Formats: sequence, structure tokens, C-alpha cells
Amino acid sequence: MDFINNYLLSLILFLPTLVALVIFFLPKDEMKLIRWTALVGSLFPFALSLVLWFSFNSNVEGFQFEEKYIWYEAINSTFHLGVDGLSLTMVLLTTFLTPLAILASFGITDRVKAYMMLFLFLEMGMLGVFMSLDLLIFFVFWEIGLVPMYFLINQWGSANRDYASLKFMIYTMGGSLGLLLAVQMLGVVFGTYDLLSLYELWPNATSLANLPAWLNVTTVKTVAFWAFTIAFAVKVPLWPFHTWLPDAHTEAPTAGSMILAGVLLKLGAYGFLRLILPLYPEQAQTFAGALAFLATAAIVFGAFAAYGQTDFKRLVAYSSVNHMGFVVLGIAAAAAASGTVHATIALNGAILQMFNHGLSAAGMFFLVGVIYERTHTRDLSKFGGLFPLVPVYGGILIFTSMASLGLPGLNGFISEFLVVRGAWPILTTYTAISMLGLLFTGAYILKGVKNVLHGPMNEHWAHGEHKLTEINFREIVVMAPLMVLILWIGVWPAWILDVINKAVVYLF
Amino acid sequence: MTFPILSVIVFTPIVAGAFILLFPAERKTEVRVTALAAATFALLLSIWVYFSYDSSAAGYQFQESYSWLPALGIGYHVGVDGMSTPLVLLTGVVMFTGVLISWGIEDRPREFFAFLFILASGVFGVFVALDLFQLFFFYEIAVFPMYLLIAIWGWIKTREYAAMKLTLYLFIGSVVSLVGALAMYWTMYQNTGILTFDMLQLEQANFSEQFQILWFPFVFLGFAVLGGIWPFHNWSPDGHVAAPTAVSMFHAGVLMKLGAFAALRVGIMLLPLGAQHWSGWLMALAGIAVVYGAFIAFMQDDMKYMIGFSSVSHMGLVMLGLSTLNTNGLTGAGVQMFSHGVMTALFFAVTGMIYDRAHTRQISELGGMAKIMPFAMVGFIIGGLVSMGMPGFSGFVAEFPIFMGVWEINPWVAIIASISIVITAAYIMRNIRDVFFRPMPENLEGHITDVNILDKVAIVTVCLLMVVIGLAPSIMVPMVQTGVENILRLLGGV
Repeated sequence: MDFINNYLLSLILFLPTLVALVIFFLPKDEMKLIRWTALVGSLFPFALSLVLWFSFNSNVEGFQFEEKYIWYEAINSTFHLGVDGLSLTMVLLTTFLTPLAILASFGITDRVKAYMMLFLFLEMGMLGVFMSLDLLIFFVFWEIGLVPMYFLINQWGSANRDYASLKFMIYTMGGSLGLLLAVQMLGVVFGTYDLLSLYELWPNATSLANLPAWLNVTTVKTVAFWAFTIAFAVKVPLWPFHTWLPDAHTEAPTAGSMILAGVLLKLGAYGFLRLILPLYPEQAQTFAGALAFLATAAIVFGAFAAYGQTDFKRLVAYSSVNHMGFVVLGIAAAAAASGTVHATIALNGAILQMFNHGLSAAGMFFLVGVIYERTHTRDLSKFGGLFPLVPVYGGILIFTSMASLGLPGLNGFISEFLVVRGAWPILTTYTAISMLGLLFTGAYILKGVKNVLHGPMNEHWAHGEHKLTEINFREIVVMAPLMVLILWIGVWPAWILDVINKAVVYLF
Repeated sequence: MTFPILSVIVFTPIVAGAFILLFPAERKTEVRVTALAAATFALLLSIWVYFSYDSSAAGYQFQESYSWLPALGIGYHVGVDGMSTPLVLLTGVVMFTGVLISWGIEDRPREFFAFLFILASGVFGVFVALDLFQLFFFYEIAVFPMYLLIAIWGWIKTREYAAMKLTLYLFIGSVVSLVGALAMYWTMYQNTGILTFDMLQLEQANFSEQFQILWFPFVFLGFAVLGGIWPFHNWSPDGHVAAPTAVSMFHAGVLMKLGAFAALRVGIMLLPLGAQHWSGWLMALAGIAVVYGAFIAFMQDDMKYMIGFSSVSHMGLVMLGLSTLNTNGLTGAGVQMFSHGVMTALFFAVTGMIYDRAHTRQISELGGMAKIMPFAMVGFIIGGLVSMGMPGFSGFVAEFPIFMGVWEINPWVAIIASISIVITAAYIMRNIRDVFFRPMPENLEGHITDVNILDKVAIVTVCLLMVVIGLAPSIMVPMVQTGVENILRLLGGV
């Protein structure tokens, strides 16, 4: 037990890689064996993160389960891991969604081995970002996650995958170029990448050691702030940096979209919380209005764009832009009035919204995948009136859509309410516009539900070889845990909000 | 007397080459086995040197010194420091994998391996040389067989042109350097009355600032031509394209490092004040090379030209690191030399495997290789990730400190040079997608076979190196740092 406790984070982080290596040595024709190894293997990190969750003491300030190893001595970067309430929530979300996504990919028959290995590598990359307390390690994991995602889209995606995967790769790499340069700059100035030291040093820095003297510290801070912001805004994605997302989501395989929407987008929001707010408090305050503007634009335009789609998956993809806008709105509010009770509420909402959107978006993408697998189309005009044919699927779809819409009693309502409650006194105009945007959220979700389930039945799917089959047992198993959590957080959010709230209070 | 390990490494290839020539021409298998045995031996010895180099003691180790022509102060003096030890290992690796890849050469393999081994001896010789005359001697030995290897075994369409262009460029470069070296030799004699080519003594010569500023550009640029410095890089992609696979590997993997290394050892270390005076100009040239090389590589349809220009871009990063003259930049340059060496050797090896089967290197005419040669695909992807500077691989470990070093001098250069990262990602990913993953063109269907076991061994060897260094930088970086400390001491800083 001691061993597990001492190395808990490393274990969670590297177990997926270990499982991937095991899979590497399995014969490639044994698809069943490979699938089950991946699924069971990915349950171990989940089990360990439950251990982490329950042995985490939310009443203690700062980071817990810290581990520190020598990594790149020459530039003084250490392999430093640790979690607080914020990262803990995200680690739980990641390890929770990965087994579900792997279970959702049991239908994959093409090169299962490579597919599962890439998925597990992807999990490692994402977990690494959430756990790292060293800026360089953060960046390492941040970039590493791109590679498996690129190949998942490029190899197992649908028709336009080449375009989408390259766009995803170039967009995100281009976006993080500024982050890379700013990280280098911080390393040069302070000779350390340790986040805990940088939290102290950088906001209070009045001069730039080791850099050419003609650089002005205020300018550098502002430019670096925007470099960080753009890198994370691309990932979130924030309007107008979102255009890679609909393509990537639409072309990715179902499980890829689940993880992309469920976890990958959270990396961007996490970057705002973990790095931008603590490292650039002044700049964040100065530019909070701009952030709020972008967030509001994402909310409103995301909703409009989603409403305009005829492709079911694209509709869900744009809904992510819309929902993640609320996360950034909460962050902008916190940046504008750091330390106030409103800011705390808004941040609570933002972080819970990250978790909630992870659940509902993963569920929505999976449900789109379920129907796509049967009909081989995502065109909303080709469906219609399917409810009597697939009542169980219809019920699940409506339930998940309602969570996405923000129906009280389900999880989305809690977090969006907290965000607007917190942001209202700080950024009244933007919040008001965003709430109008919520109206359109309802419109596009109902449009999706209507076009698929209601209206005159498309007879094409009712008879013969095209007869639509009901959601099967495996698919229900994927959805069930998501639905349970959606309802649970909607009815009784205290268990998770408690952890989040304490982290927020300690952090900001 | 201790075992003269460096001399054994230097002379193993050339002796083996001479021995190979004794075989009758038709005994091809014996020739190949002998070549492989010699290459393995040299590799093992260079691994031995790498791991027994004592980083805590630093300085020049495994030294051997004999006088050769005492009247002129010419000696045979070898030794390695933290900068050159990784490069000796690199040469061992490229030699070993180069022999494996060239197993299938049917056209006069005896002469081919003999020339290749003369080249290898020359390269080893430069990396371990501590005597300026000896350095030039081995330098020419390394350049000369390139001409024959390209002109005889090269790509039939451009081999004569490329071989001539390459040789002329490099000879002119080395002559220019030689003039500078002789200037140092005579000035040393006038100042102190000592006639010597020994670099450890020349380091102490205290040449006047004026002298150093005058001669630094000659010495540095003369060697840097071989390192592919812009705007003298033009010979390099042509040479890569025309050369047979193993020679391309040597050329991009090791020879270009030879140029950068000699420019460092003779230019920067012997004329430190000159280096400080001209460092801004060097940084400008290197910065242009980094971005320009990446753009030109992006435009190529021939895989070998693409890799050739990407080498210009990556060697630009080495030059960029050298031009910073600070700890981070120099350390990064040292690691980048190794990292780029194994990476580009891998690229050319895989390209050669594809060309041997498809008889074309045009990206637009290729496709669908992934299914048939998965091993080559994985190798190429790993090489590609290194090339893009993806964290977790050796390229990142090398490029990151280079950029840090540039930040300390001029942030604008760092920002502009970083553009190359995205362009590199674009052309590498596009190349991977087109060559390996899109449907195979009909005319290739049925003609492509998987790579053989020797190719696989070669691919695994270099891939492992790149991953291990990427995950555990401390295997190489502290050693390079000891070399850097010595350079900084000469530069008068720290």
C-alpha cells in the first residue's frame, strides 16, 4: 500500500503506457483479447484515481501527492507532479472517460492493436498535463497528446479526415508556438521551470534577468500573456480560434470525438486556470473584458452555428464551442474581480462546467456515433420520427440532450447557473448577452432532437435491410455511467463542488 | 601503456577497407560480412568510449600524442571531450546502420565498402583530432571518397553534376579555412617562437583581437560550408539526392556535423574574440537558414530533396546554437548535432528503402507504403516527430536549449526561427500521409515488398537512440555540458 500511496500519480500516469506496451506484444489478429486488455487495463488508472479521490484531503492548502524526479538537469527542469482539487477533478474525468471511450470503440475492426495503443498514449498525454507542476513537463505532455489524436483522426476517421487531421495538428501546434516561446523566456529569466516557484517569481518580477536590456518588462508580460492565452484559446476553443474543431470532431472516430470533446478541450481551460490566472493576474485583469467578449462571442456564435448545421455531428461539435464559452466567461469574471465572492462562484461554475461538459459532450458524441454506425449518415434531414423505432435510444438521447441544454435537475444547469451568477455582478453586459445565447442553445438542441426522433417517420429506416436496430447492451453500458453522473451531479452536486470550491478558495 | 582506443577506432575502418580490397570481386558475401564485422567493432568501441568518458573529470580524455614531423611542429594528437564524444558515437552508429542498409548493393560492393570506410576513418579522425594539421588531413580524407561514391554509385541522372558541385564547394571551403589555419600557425611562431599545429597550444596563443576578427570569417565559414550554412548550402541537397543511400546517411548524418564541429573547434575555440565580434552575423545567417530551409523543404516533391533542405534548416539550428556563444545555445547545438545525425540517417535510410522498391522518390507518385512496410513507417514517423521537435524525443531536448540561448541574445531571432517548427510539422505530416497512408498508385501494386531484417535492425537502433535521449536527456546532456564549459572558458566568460 505504501508503494501505491507514494507513487500514486506516477502509477496513474504511466499505467496506460504500460498497458499499451502489453498490447504491443499481443498477436494482432486476437482482436477480442486486445480490446479486453485495453478496457481492463484502462480501468486500473480509474480505480487508482478513485483511491486518489478518496485519500485526497481537500482541507489542506496546496498540492498533494507530490513527486519530484530529476529530468532535464541542464536547464533545471524536474519531473514534478502533484494535484490539487482542480487537477484532481480533471484526472478523475480523464480516467473515467477513457474506459468508456475504449468500450465505445469495440466496434472498430481495422488495426485494433494500433488503435488501442494510440488511445492509451493519448490518455497518458492528457493526464500528464493535469498532473504536472513543472512548466516544461506541462508543455511536453501538452504537445505529446497531439500525436495520437492526429493519427486517430487521420487513420480511423471518416471521409474528409486528411484535411481535418492536418488542420487540427497545424492549428494546435501553431497555437502553442507562442506558449513554447514564452516558456523558454520564463526559463531563461528565472532558471527554473518549477510552477510553484514561478507562481511567486513571475507576477512580482520587475526586471528580466539574462535577457537583452532593451526589453521592457511590462511589454514582455503582456505579450507573453497573449501567447499563453492564444495557445489555450485554440484548444478550448474560443471564437475565433475554433475553426479546427468542427472539422476534427466531425471526422474523428466516435471514441476520438468523445475524448476530444470530453477531455482535450478541457486542457485549454485548465491552462487558463493553472497557468494564466496565477502567473498573469494583472494582465488577466486588464484583458478580462477582451476574454469575456471572446467567450460571449463563442457562446452566441457557437449556438447560432450549431443551429445552422445539417450534420448531426457538426451540430454537437458547435455545441462544444457554445458550452466551453461559459467556462471562459467564468474565468474572465474571476480574472476581472479576483478574490471576491462572485469570482469564487464563477470559478466554481467554470470548473464544474468543465467536468459536466466532459460528461454530456462525450455522451452526445457517442449517441451520434451509435446512430451513424447503423445508418451511415449524419445528415439530419435523412432522419425523422425514429422514436417509435428505437424507444430506448430515443430516451437516452433526450436525457443527454437535456443535460446539454441545461435543464434544472441535470448537471449542466448547476454549472451554468453558477457561472452566470458569479459573472453577473462583474461583467453584467456580457453575461446578459450570454444568457440570451442560452436561448439558442435550447433551440439547436431541440432542433437536433426533433429532426432525429420526432416528426413524420422516415420510412426508409423502418423496413427491410435498412431497418434501424435498437441501441445494444454494450452501448447502454457506455451510456449508463455517464447518465448516472449527470443526474447525480444535477441533484446533489455537493460532493464534487466541495472539492472544487476549496481548491478555488486556496488558489485565488 | 594504455590501450590506444581512439587510434584503433580511427584506423579500424580504413584497415578493414584495405583488407576488403584484397578479396576477389565476386566474393560479395565475404566482403559484406567483413564490412559488417568492422563496423560493429568500431561501434562497440565508440560505445565503450562514450560510456567510459568521465564527465566529472571533463577535459580531453583518452589522449594519445606522437610527434610526426617535429621540425614543422606537426604531431599526431588525439583526444575527445564532451563535445566530440557523442559525435564519435554518432559516427559509429551511422557506419553500422549504413553497412546494414547497403547490404543489397550488387554493383561492385567491394569498392563501395572500401571507399565508404575510408570516408568513415576520415570522419572519426576529424572528431578526435587535437592537431590542426591532422584535422585537415582527415577532413580531406573524408571529403575525397564522397566524390567517387556519388559519381560511381549515385543516381544516374545527376550524379556527375552533384559530385562535382559538392567536391568543388567543399574543397574551396577547406582551402579558405586552411589559409586561416596557416595564418594562425605563423602568427603563433612570430609571437612565441613555437612552431606547432597542436590545438591545445594554439588555444593559449592569445592572438590579437585584430588578427582574430580578420581571420575568423575565413576559418569559420570555410568549414561551415560543409555544415550547410546559408547561403553556401546549395551543394548539400544536390549531393544528398545524387548519393546512394548509405552515402546520403553519412553525408547528412555525419559529414555536415563535421563541418559544424570543425567550425566550432577551429573557428570559435581558437579565435574566440573573432567569434564574439562576428556572432551577430552568424546568428543572422543561421536564422535565415532555419526558416528558409524549412520553406524550401515544404515545396519539394522529391523526398530526398525535402530531407536535404530540412537538413539545411536543422543544421541552421546547430549554427544558431553556436552563434549564441552561451551555455544553453552551445549545449543545445552539441545535442542537436547528435540528434539530427541519427534522425536524418534514419530518414535517408527509409527513403532509400522506398526508392529501392518503388524506383521513385516523388511524393506525388508514392502511396500506401504503411501496409507493406510497417516497420519503415514507424521509423519514419518517429524520425518525423524528432524533426518537428516533438517533446519526448531527442529533437526537443536539443532545440529547447538552443532557443533558450537565442532568447538571451536576441528574442526576435527566436521568434522568427520558431516559425520553422510549424512548417516542419506541415511538410513532415504531409509526407507521412502521402507516402504511407493514402491508397497505393496502381503501377506500384504488387511491386513493393517489406524491408528485410537488416533494415529493421538499423531502424530500431536509431529509433531507440532518439527515444532514449528524448526521455532521459541526462544520458547525453551533462557530457556535452562539460565540453561547453571548456569553450566558455576560452571565450573568457563564466
